[in-house]
Parts: sequence; structure tokens; C-alpha cells
Amino acid sequence: MLYLLAGHTLALDDALCNGCERCLEVCPHAVFAMVDRKAVVAARERCMECGACRMNCARGAIAVESGVGCAAAVLNEMRGKGATCGCDASCSS
Amino acid sequence: MGCCCSGENRIVIESRPLRKEPTTLATRLHWRDVLGGWAARWGVGRMRFRVEPGLYRVGVPDRSAPVLVTANYKLTVDALRRELDGVNAWLLVLDTKGINVWCAAGKGTFGTSELVRSIEAARLHDIVDHRHLILPQLGAVGIEAHKVKQTSGFLVHYGPVLARDLKTYLASGRQATPAMRRVPFTWRDRLVLAPVELVGALKPALAVVLVLALLHLAIDHRLSLAIVRDAIPFLVAFVTGGLLVPVLLPFLPFQSFALKGLVAGLVPAMTTVALSPVAGFEAAGTILISVGITSYMAMMFTGSTTFTTYAGARLEVRRAVPLILVAVAAGTLLRMWAVVA
Repeated sequence: MLYLLAGHTLALDDALCNGCERCLEVCPHAVFAMVDRKAVVAARERCMECGACRMNCARGAIAVESGVGCAAAVLNEMRGKGATCGCDASCSS
Repeated sequence: MGCCCSGENRIVIESRPLRKEPTTLATRLHWRDVLGGWAARWGVGRMRFRVEPGLYRVGVPDRSAPVLVTANYKLTVDALRRELDGVNAWLLVLDTKGINVWCAAGKGTFGTSELVRSIEAARLHDIVDHRHLILPQLGAVGIEAHKVKQTSGFLVHYGPVLARDLKTYLASGRQATPAMRRVPFTWRDRLVLAPVELVGALKPALAVVLVLALLHLAIDHRLSLAIVRDAIPFLVAFVTGGLLVPVLLPFLPFQSFALKGLVAGLVPAMTTVALSPVAGFEAAGTILISVGITSYMAMMFTGSTTFTTYAGARLEVRRAVPLILVAVAAGTLLRMWAVVA
């Protein structure tokens, strides 16, 4: 299933990539693939911008504006309550 | 433990606090665990449904046994341990305030600092000879593996997304297949999320019924079952939004959840209104409000899914919320007009 603005801010700096494959290890939607022993963005349309790749790239080769895709959190943020999903009270996850 | 200030000459012997032995967790769930899990899915006792953070055992782990890291939401711990029958491992349960791994990682509570703190608190360096940790893949959103290595000396390996693949992962020497690294969102996964959406709709639904009751009182000067009959389109709208939209998600058009809700809400709204005695402006108003309800509920489901972006959710909220508010306001005016005219 695809969603709005998927992978829009995802950027991978090929020069910094050392081929450690951490981004492939952590991505929940197989956005990355290895080509010539370096990572490339292979499926940008599936990227939910969770940020796991950026967090685990020791070289800082990945940039992405990450956040949680939760409309409730966005609403809370707009009302000045911080971007909380309300996970604490009403989530069953 | 401080000194004794009784004024007498006493030698106070400070005893070493007993190091708590890690509890062994069963790998079979008790009916109480299953019941508690069900209740949590309905939002009952949800915040109490947690486990004390710390180090635990499954089976009989020795100094070379793997260390599996997880969150202290009980549903998570239960989902993990029931897949570990026959496995000998240490379980390091992080304090994520009773939130599951992925949500907690997004918030930062399943994070680098909490992991490092837990390793220290559990004195993991004394418990195992190796320096490897196995984390659930979805925890990666909150963890910087290289920083964990730098600070604690432990190397993070991201295991499969689903606990049920752990045994295979461990047996194969920490090899994950591509399938193990994809997060699924099947109709079953979506269905279990519906109860909490529906429970969340109870208060607004009650508010709608109350408003209708007040209107009936004002006009007919009495309460009757006609209130329930009038509430049906709205109640159906809530159920469509909270149950049908999640289940039918991939079959609903548009990427926007608010639009998916609009489409899903149209037929039930028009059907319930057609089957009811209302007509004209009142019917139109009811349809507008009902579709607004379903659209809003569908948009709220974004937070429970596995693929929505923050940027997309923000776009939806900015575009859809004003339109939904206008639709509900217009619908309310039309209904009032029908009564007054």
C-alpha cells in the first residue's frame, strides 16, 4: 500500500556510503538495495520516512525528515500539545 | 543505608543488597495472558498492561546464550516469549512506559540511552561472555547501533520484524531472509486494530445521541425510541470508519485516508438515510455529517498503520480537517433548517 509523499525527503550520499548494509537491515519496506557494493534507493515510493536508516548509518550518508505518520499526532502538534500520538491513553498497539 | 543516628555507639553493618535473580518467563501463555491481551486490544486496562523492565530468562540461558531486547508492553513480551519454546536466552526488557517496540522507537523511549541504561542496570557485562544483542528490527527507528557499540561495547544485530521468525533466525546463525525484514499489514493485522478505534468512537457517538435526544425533547417534548432510529446513520458512520475502513483499507481508492473514508462512508450514509423516514434537507444534512464522521475516523487510523508518512499525515490534516468541519457544520445547519422551516 502506498501513501502520500512517500520518500520525498530521503537522500543517500553515495560518496559517504561504505557498503555496511545497515540500511537494508533496518528498513521495514526494502527501500534500499545493494548495487556494486554500495546502497542505493531502489523503492522510494515505499519509504515511510521512519528514519531507521538515518539512525543506523554510522557514516551519516542518509538524510530524511522523519516522523510518525499519525494524523492524531499532527493534530496534537497543531494544538500545541506536542506531536504525541495519544499512544499512552487510547492505543492498543 | 546510612549510619544510625541514635547517638549510641553502635557499629552498623551495611549489608549488600541482594542482587535480584532474573525471573524465568514461561514460553506458554496462560489464559489470563490471552484475556488480558484481548482487553488491551479493546483499550481496557491498557496502560496497566506492562511488565517490570529488567533482565529475564527464557529456558536455561548460560553465559553464551543470546540476549534478546524488547519493550515492556505486556502484549509485546507475550508475543515474544510464546515464540521461544525450547530456546535458551536472556530477555532484556526496556522501560518503554508500556508502549510497543515500534511506537516507542518512534517516540525515542525504545532508544539508545534507554538501551545503554538497561545494559548497565542489568550488569549484562557480568552475565554473558559475548558482546552481542539481538533487537527487533522495528526498534531501529530509535536506536543508533554504532553509538550503542561505542558506549556499551555491545554489537546490535537487528532480528526479524516478527517474533515468530526468531527461532529460525537464531538457528541459522542470525541470518534474516528478505521476507523477515518486511513488515506485513494483512487483514488480520488490520482487524485487531479495529476494536480500539471503535471504543474511541464511543464518546463522540454518545454525544451525538445526546444531541438528538435534546432535539427530540425540544420538539416533541418527550423521549422515545425515535432517537435511536434517528441516530442510526451516525452510528453506522462510526462503525464504518472504525471497522470497515481498516479491514477494507487496500481496496479503498486514493492514498489519502480521509478520502478512503469519504468513499467508504458514502454508501452506508445514503443507504441508512434512504431507509429512514427523513427526506429533503434533513436527509442531505445527515449524509454530510455521516460522511464527515467516517472520513475523520479513517484519517485517525493513520497512526495505527505500518506505512504512513508524517509529511503525508500532515498534508491530510491540513486539507481534510477544514473540509470535514465545513461538511459537518453544513450538515448540522441543514438539519436544523429542516426542523425550523
